[in-house]
This record gives sequence, C-alpha cells and structure tokens, in this order.
Amino acid sequence: MSGGLTSLSFPKNAHAALANPPLLKAIAHIEETLVSGRRRATEALPEFEALRDAGRDIKAHTLAHLDLYLEAFERKVMEAGGFVHWAADAADANRIILDICQKAGARRVTKGKSMITEEVGLNAYLQANGIAPVETDLGEYIIQLRGETPSHIIAPAVHVNKEQVAADFRRVHTDLDPKRNLEEPTSLLAEARGVLRESFLSADVGITGANFLVAETGSTVIVTNEGNGDLTQILPKTHIVLASIEKVVPTLEDVATIMRLLARSATGQEMSVYTTFSTGPRRPGDPDGPEAFHVVLLDNGRSAMLGSEFEDMLRCIRCGACINHCPVYRSIGGHAYGSVYPGPMGSVLTPSLQGLEKSAHLANASTLCGRCESVCPMRIPLPKMLRHWREKEFERHLTPKKARFGLAAWRFLATRPRLYGLATRFGAWGLARLAGRDGALRQVPLAGGWTRWRDLPAPEGGTFRTEWAKRGRK
Amino acid sequence: MSSRDAILGRIRRSLGVSDSDATRPAAVRHRLAETPVNVVPARGQLPDAERIDLFVRKVGEVFATVVRLEGRDDIPAAVAAYLRDRNLPQAIRRGDDPRLADLPWEREAQLAVATGPSEGRDLVGLSHADAGVAETGTVVLTSGPDNPTTLNFLPDHHIVVVDASTVAGDYETVWADLRRRFGAGLMPRTVNLVTGPSRSADIEETLLLGAHGPRSLHILVVG
Amino acid sequence: MTTPKPRVALFVTCLVDFFRPTVGFSAVKLLEDAGCDVSVPAGQTCCGQPAYNSGDRAGARALAEQVIALFEGFDHVVIPSGSCAGMVKTHYPDLFSGEPNWRLRAEALADKTHELTSFLVDVLGVAPLPATWEGTATYHDSCSGLRELGVKDQPRRLLSAVDGLAIKEMRDPEACCGFGGAFCVKYDEISNAIVERKVADVRSTGAELLLAGDLGCLLNIAGKLRREGSSVEVRHVAEVLAGMANGPAIGETRK
Repeated sequence: MSGGLTSLSFPKNAHAALANPPLLKAIAHIEETLVSGRRRATEALPEFEALRDAGRDIKAHTLAHLDLYLEAFERKVMEAGGFVHWAADAADANRIILDICQKAGARRVTKGKSMITEEVGLNAYLQANGIAPVETDLGEYIIQLRGETPSHIIAPAVHVNKEQVAADFRRVHTDLDPKRNLEEPTSLLAEARGVLRESFLSADVGITGANFLVAETGSTVIVTNEGNGDLTQILPKTHIVLASIEKVVPTLEDVATIMRLLARSATGQEMSVYTTFSTGPRRPGDPDGPEAFHVVLLDNGRSAMLGSEFEDMLRCIRCGACINHCPVYRSIGGHAYGSVYPGPMGSVLTPSLQGLEKSAHLANASTLCGRCESVCPMRIPLPKMLRHWREKEFERHLTPKKARFGLAAWRFLATRPRLYGLATRFGAWGLARLAGRDGALRQVPLAGGWTRWRDLPAPEGGTFRTEWAKRGRK
Repeated sequence: MSSRDAILGRIRRSLGVSDSDATRPAAVRHRLAETPVNVVPARGQLPDAERIDLFVRKVGEVFATVVRLEGRDDIPAAVAAYLRDRNLPQAIRRGDDPRLADLPWEREAQLAVATGPSEGRDLVGLSHADAGVAETGTVVLTSGPDNPTTLNFLPDHHIVVVDASTVAGDYETVWADLRRRFGAGLMPRTVNLVTGPSRSADIEETLLLGAHGPRSLHILVVG
Repeated sequence: MTTPKPRVALFVTCLVDFFRPTVGFSAVKLLEDAGCDVSVPAGQTCCGQPAYNSGDRAGARALAEQVIALFEGFDHVVIPSGSCAGMVKTHYPDLFSGEPNWRLRAEALADKTHELTSFLVDVLGVAPLPATWEGTATYHDSCSGLRELGVKDQPRRLLSAVDGLAIKEMRDPEACCGFGGAFCVKYDEISNAIVERKVADVRSTGAELLLAGDLGCLLNIAGKLRREGSSVEVRHVAEVLAGMANGPAIGETRK
C-alpha cells in the first residue's frame, strides 16, 4: 500500500506530505510538463471542444447500451479465438487470473502499466499464491521496487526523485557494478531497460489493462509511450487483459475520437507513442504473438453506478488531467488520498469502491474550484459528484457533529433576517473593535484554522444593511 | 447464476431496461454496422502533396526521422545510409513481406539482411507500414505471417517504410481501409499505431527516448 | 418618452454585508450610474451556498426559497460575487428537481440573476463613468465566476477604462486561491499551501493592487498577504470601478 496510508487519515497524510520537500518539488514539475503540455496541445487543435462533446456522447450512448455492447464484444473476442471471463468483484478477478496463470504453468509474469490491476490488488494476490509479477512500466517498476503504490494514474512514480531511483536500483539490482554512474535519468533508464528486457523475454504470461474494448472487432486497446504494454503481450505465450466493463466503446471510429482526447489531455502529446489493438491470439502462420488470449471483464461496483448520480463517472478515460490541474493534488501529491485513484476522479470513484465511511474526507477535501471539470476531456461534472457524496454523507449522518451543528445554527440564523441582522451587526462591530486600527486580526476565537496561516481582515464596522438603512434607502 | 449473467442483469436493472425492448438492440446493430464517423479534424484533410508534407512534418515533431524516396528500389540504399550515419553494423532484420522481400538488396553487398521475428538480439528492424496518418505523424503496422510484431519493439532502431499513396489524413480513412482488406469487424491479431520512438518521462518527468521499445524511429516515405 | 429604468435588486451577499459594505455601495453606484433603479431588499441574508456545498440540501433549499421569494419581483438581480451568483444561476434549479413549481420559480430567478461585472458588460453594455487609480493591478479570476458563469473578460474590459490603471497578469490567474468556503478551515493546511502559491504568483507580478470579484477569495488572499507582511493592496473590483477605492484596502491598517 501507499506506506499503509488510508483515506481515513487524510488530514494527517496531507500534513506529512506538506512537510516532505522532495515530494513537493516533484509535484511542482507537473505545471511545466503536463499542464502546459495539455494547454499547448489543446490550443493547437481547433476541434478539441467538439471532440469533447463527441467523446461524451459516445460514452453516454455506450453506457445506455452497455449490456449489449459487452455481449457484442464478447462474441467478437470468442470468434477471434479468445476467451472472455466475467468478474463481479476484485476477488473474482484475482481468482480468474491466478487460475489462468496456473493452468499456463506460469513461473514468470510480466505486467504492463494498469490501474485496474492496482484497483483489485492483483500483485499482492499473485505474490501470496507464489507468482511474483514484474511491473514493466518504468514508473510502476520503480514503485514496485520501493514497495509503494502509484501516486498518479499516468505518472505513478511522480513523487520519486532520481537519487531515490538510483538508490533503489543499487539495492535491488545486486549484480550492478557499484562504480556504474547512475546520476542521470538516462543511465537509470538504460539500467531499467536492460533488467526489464530479461523479464520480457522470459515471461510465461503477460498481463495488461485496456484503454478501450472495441465491440465492433473484439479488440482490446492499450496506449503507452514506453512500449511496455506491447512487449508484455507479444512475447509470452499467454496474454491476459483485465478491463472494467465501462471501457467498451462501439467502433474503431469511436476509439479514434477518444484517442484524440486522451494523450492531449494526459501529457500534451497529440498521440501516445504506441496505440495497439489486440484481437484474439496469434493467427495461423503468425511468427509471433501470444498463443492464448484472455479478457477478464470486471464490474467491481460499476453496474451499480449506472443509472445513479455517479453514472457520468463511468465516462472517465483515466487521462489524469483532473489530477494535474487540482490545487489539492498539487499541494499534497497522490499518496495522501490513501486510495488507489487520487485527485478529483479518485475522490469521486473511491467511495464507490471502498465505502463512504472510509472515504468521507475525499469528497470534502476539495475547494470545488471546478478546474477538473473544465479540463475533463469527457466533460464529467466532477464537482457536482463530489457534492453528491457530501449530500450522502450528510444524509447518513456521517458529517462531523461540529459541522452539522454549525450548519443548523447558520440555517436558524439566516432564515430569521431580523435576528440575523442583529447578530451580524454585533459581530461586525465586535471584530472591527477587536482589530482596532490594525485592519486585520492575527487571532480570532474559534477561527484557528483561518488564523493559523493568515490574518483575518477585519470588518469595516457597520454591516452594509445598517449603513444602507442609515442612508434612508430601500 | 454465472458472474456473466449476474453482471449483465445488474446492468439492465440499473439502466431500467428489459429484454423485450427491441429498439436498443437495433440501435447497437446500427452503430456497429454503419460505424458512423464522429468529429474529424480538418488538419489532415488536404490534397495529396500537402498531406504528405504534413505527415513528414508531424513525424519530425515526435522525434522520429524521415527521408523521402522516389521509388521502392531506393530503399536498400537508404537503409544502408541510415546504418552508416549512425555507425551501426550493416545488418537488419525484416519480415517476409513481399513489399520488402522484392527489393534489390543485392545492390548493398555489405548489408546483411535477416528475416523473421526478432528474439531480442537485433539492433535494427525493418517493417513495412500499411498506412501513415498525417494528422499526427503516425504509422500503422499490422501483424501477419510476413510481418512479425516483435520487429516493431525489440530492435534498438526501427526503420519503417511507408508508401506515400497510403498516407491518410486521419485514422478513420485507415479504419475503412482495414475493413476493406480484412472484412467488416475483423482485425489482424495486432495493429500497432506508432507515433515516434519509445519514450518515458517516469523519472522526474524528464523526457527520455528508448524506454522499452526502439530508441529511434526512422521512416522512409516512398513515392 | 424615456424607457423606464430597469428595476435592479442588489443581493449584497453575507460576506460583503459583514466584512466590506464598501463593495455594496460601490455596486450601487455602478448600477445607478448605469441608469438602474436599485433596491436592496430588506431581509436578505445568505444564498445557501455553505449548506449546499456541505451536503445539506434541505438547509440550502430553505435559504433558496427565501431568496427566490424576496427577489423574484425585480427585473434583474445583481450580485457582486461570482460564487453567490453561480449558486443562484446554476444550482438553485437543481435544488428543486422534484417540484415543478419551485423549479420554475428558481429557473426564472436564475435567468435574471447576474454577477456584477457581467451585468454591466453583457446585459447593460454600458461603460461605467470614468474612474482613476494610479498604478499596476493584477486580477484573480475567482473560480465560480470564471467556470460557472464565464466571467473573465468583463472585469478586465471595465478595468481597461480606469485612468492610470495598468493590468499585469499573473502566470496563472485562473488558479484557485484555496478558499473553498468551509474547506479553508477544515483542511486549513492544504488551503494554506494553495494560497501560498497564489500569493507568490500575485507578488511575482510586481502589482501594487490585487483585484477580484469575490470577497471570499479576497479575504483569503488579503489575509495571507498581510501575514506575509506584503504591502500589496487587496480590493473588490467594484471599489476601483466605482472610484470608491480611497479608504483602507481589505485587511489594511487604518490611517
């Protein structure tokens, strides 16, 4: 896990993150890389906004017909000689994948970068059952060596600096020449490339996720920059794809539309380096490719989100734009969330996955600034859904007592204008007096959260309503 | 009840739909059969010469290199020149694709040409793309008996031949072509859309080329 | 025959009422200069946003009903705050999804409710009377105004007519300041990290004046600037536009 952090201890996690300068320095890079990259790429494509509408419509149509598109996809996979397995939850998915690995006699398993295998905790499960999968995405590999979880869905090791990577490589790559220079990212990459090449070539089973499942053709699609997903699937005898049910889209045309949104939103590339469509196992006469092709379709709570106020979240294509643009994520990084998916998309998704009781902080730890929605390629109304979770929390009486009392008191006062007028008049007068000529207060009773960090500007004195009335106005 | 039926049942319940509703299957059949085109950027919708120019420019933007050749017979010399320029041994591996096999390789006496899939020991792989996409400088490679996918990923250098006449403005044109060649709803095992050489930014968000796949991608546009 | 003056109700907002009446008077002046017949309905308190953003729908509804009843009789409702205007314009109708009657009333009110600068520019289309402010200012785009209502060019266009005022943009004027209502005290440490970045951006412009259209953001940014000992003045945009920026700025020592 992410150092054992949970969403329950979010404020404590955030506190620790804010006292971690290397982490803060690492996150600060996001501005000049991912954020400015996205800005440039979207500005360079006049159709970007129209594509966002089209992307939203594709997913909305697909979700409204999800059962039928999944059946169509399944049929095409089987026609191409592949197998389709259905997993209701994480335990099901893990069991199915272990079973395929065991039947294939797998000793070595490689993995392409996949958030869905993080969601189900596949690595830990396989390990407990005697199979140690090797993560092959460079970032995933680094955090696997460190025993951590991803702190970002597209840049899993964004929190790690190069000195830490060098130390990890020296610790784990025992035959590494101690004199070898590992100061620069290039030498680190060369070292990882060499080690992982061995893993690729000796793997019995390769496991990947999928960015899309194409109902028209039965293809699974993965998008990577490194090529890890490709080497994971073309070299071993067995290729297993784990994908959640909402990844299905109708046609290749629909993939093209969303592809145009994905990389631009994620990294600012117009296209990721490798977009690979895999359809069934290798064909007669093919000189390479897997001999067996399995797709595991995972529900894990998605079917219950359909038709609910959280359905729009199923449009998410995991680009990470909301995360990159989130002022909260940019302050504390991903691990503080204590969940598989960080940032705004994670705060909406996580309560569905691990229960609201364990995740209540996440929906609240947002300024609702709306930047996430404004950059979401699929136009998911993330702030609205964060608010829905707050409503559920309030309905189920999970909101802290102090906050409930405060809200009730405010409602009591604000629905009684005369009393409200008196109270605010008295309060404004009092605070202004307390501040004197200073104009601001360094400490205010009951406002420690504010004054710990900033002064409280003092009221001018009289409230507007009293001053207005003094002028005889209506 | 199987997991399959349970999941599909839950989906139908959540959506509030019943099996007897015939309009939903009709909508799905229609979309899968008609494969309607969504929004296609105007960027690639150009006359032939300008479209190929755009492709060449876009290839350059993604850190790949590109050379234009007048005819197919120029390919062996261009391959040899690339190897020389990079101080690489005169050796490549390619598939048996007739578009690559039927070339005057004998003109490059120094060049050793191996064929078949790669096992990871080749420095340079040569492939023939089925198409290029001008919109993003992407090449489209399909797997088949004569076109091993391993050649696209294992060698350090990947040289890809693209016929200028197959450079499309957009992906949708390529899909239509795939359907013509392989049949509606059918795909070769692997279709690779490749846009530049392998890269990673996983260490301190520093962009590095050659993560797992080829460190360099060299494209020969013929015609 | 002159056309009758539009009857405009000013919803001053609870924060302006309590902390910064000058903003309310500035708004009145701007509206009257633009030819409006301005009223400030007595009995106005809060738009319900704190309850709404805390998941208390019933509390939010109670206040929304009060606001609707109080303001629906006017031609226009103008609010010197993007977030309160956003609440009325985009969220009130959602609050009454199950009740068609209330929903119609909420939608009608939403249609005629406007954030102050967008009302002046987009609805009235008049240039305010010339004002003067000597120096350089930078403008913070408050989140709700910007992203729920599209308030971006309107304040800048109005400010461009202020004599002596030059605008120097921040690197990221659209970044949240970290206020977020209850967020700023509930997750105060994170809020502080966010406002630290905002204040650094403000200070790096070298501007002497920070303007915005929302008092929540302004209190937060002014409080942080004060704590850091900065001399950057903080004011609501209406104060400068109305030529009422002579008194102490937000959080500034009184002379």
